[in-house]
Amino acid sequence: MNADVKEKVRTLPPCKPLSRVQIAERLARDIPEGWYVNLGIGAPLQVADYVPEEREVIFQSENGVLGMGPAPAPDKINRWLINAGKQYVTLRSGGSYMHHADSFALIRGSHLDLCVLGAFQVAENGDIANWATTTDNAPAVGGAMDLAAGTPRLWVLMEHLTKTGESRLVHRCTYPLTALGVVKRIYTNLAVIDVTDKGFAVREMVPGLTLEALQSVTDAPLRMANT
Amino acid sequence: MTDHKAFMINKIVKTMAEAMAGVPDGAIVLIGGFGSIGQPNVLIDGLIEQGAKDLTVVANNSGVGHLGLAKLLETGHVRKIVCSFPRTANPVVFEKLWREGRIELEVVPQGTMSERMRAAGAGIPAFYTPTAVGTKLAEGKEEREIRGRKYLLEEALHGDVALIEAWEADRWGNLTYKSSARNFNPVMATAAKLTIVQTQHIVELGALDPEKIATPGIYVNRVLHVPYGEPTVT
Repeated sequence: MNADVKEKVRTLPPCKPLSRVQIAERLARDIPEGWYVNLGIGAPLQVADYVPEEREVIFQSENGVLGMGPAPAPDKINRWLINAGKQYVTLRSGGSYMHHADSFALIRGSHLDLCVLGAFQVAENGDIANWATTTDNAPAVGGAMDLAAGTPRLWVLMEHLTKTGESRLVHRCTYPLTALGVVKRIYTNLAVIDVTDKGFAVREMVPGLTLEALQSVTDAPLRMANT
Repeated sequence: MTDHKAFMINKIVKTMAEAMAGVPDGAIVLIGGFGSIGQPNVLIDGLIEQGAKDLTVVANNSGVGHLGLAKLLETGHVRKIVCSFPRTANPVVFEKLWREGRIELEVVPQGTMSERMRAAGAGIPAFYTPTAVGTKLAEGKEEREIRGRKYLLEEALHGDVALIEAWEADRWGNLTYKSSARNFNPVMATAAKLTIVQTQHIVELGALDPEKIATPGIYVNRVLHVPYGEPTVT
């Protein structure tokens, strides 16, 4: 990565950025009833907690669970039932189990309506890098590449900037790619941004943020959606 | 003159030694489990005791703490691991081996890994998948465009041995599984020459509802009763 970019100290414009939980909540609001959804490990898994209970969204877990429910009460844990992040979950009425080849056939065969993944970087052409950085211990990919390649609608949930203030939205990814041209929308702590064939289009921003301020912390051109 | 005595098919073995007999050095060992759930830890202990070395292990993860698969890696008997996600909560053993260059790692996307074994069990030598096109994991792989989209050619992944965890088994080797402990087990059971199962429950032949049998016994060679109770880690 460019040394000048590293040196530059980026500060967030004066506004109210969302917390991780609030990003998950915001994304959950956009999932309609009836969708089949896979949530990647990390922050995306929290999205399930913020879909209203009366809205029937069916969560699939890559390890062979369809109809995944919330975390169990401490005295009601099924110790053989975990999600992709190895946390205990429950099974909703109507849920079912399948083996790994069937689970990934479902994923790769484009049967999901939505996949939500975290990312290190998303490029304006929809490329996503979320499985390796250049300083990894050992490479680990899990189901990310299958999910990204198989799901027609991929949304990314991530912080807008890295810990050192660099934009995670980029012209082209510099980290190893997970898949090419697949991201459709990004939910960050600052904005909701569509990825279109003309690049990033901002749907909404947190209160207090202007397009110019958001552009100042984003490494690729932004325009307002519907312009 | 051959005397065709009636005999019963009985794949249930009484001892771990019987379960593990004949696992050769250099074997490719498919081990079920997603994290520790559905991972046949008692069979892994048996493999350690049996002593086969120079193994290639195929497993989704690389072991937690110093139990099960991590313990197997610690013996130094595993030359290579084929794995989708060696980074779990506490992969201390694997990380150390990898950093010291004492174990080879082949990272495979989880779906590709599953389908390579499904294909092996199904007599399909190779197949195309969109997964990993344009990424580091595509290096060295044949790419083809089909109906306007790019795919990678992947080959079937056969095992010499599969170590499986099941919930119920009968003497024909029919198996059921429990919740998300199913995961890779049914796929791996079909993909190895020798399929060894540890099961929580042994039931009478005919007790398993034919509608619920997830692995028909045709794929299974040996069944060991291991009623270990509940898993304690994930």
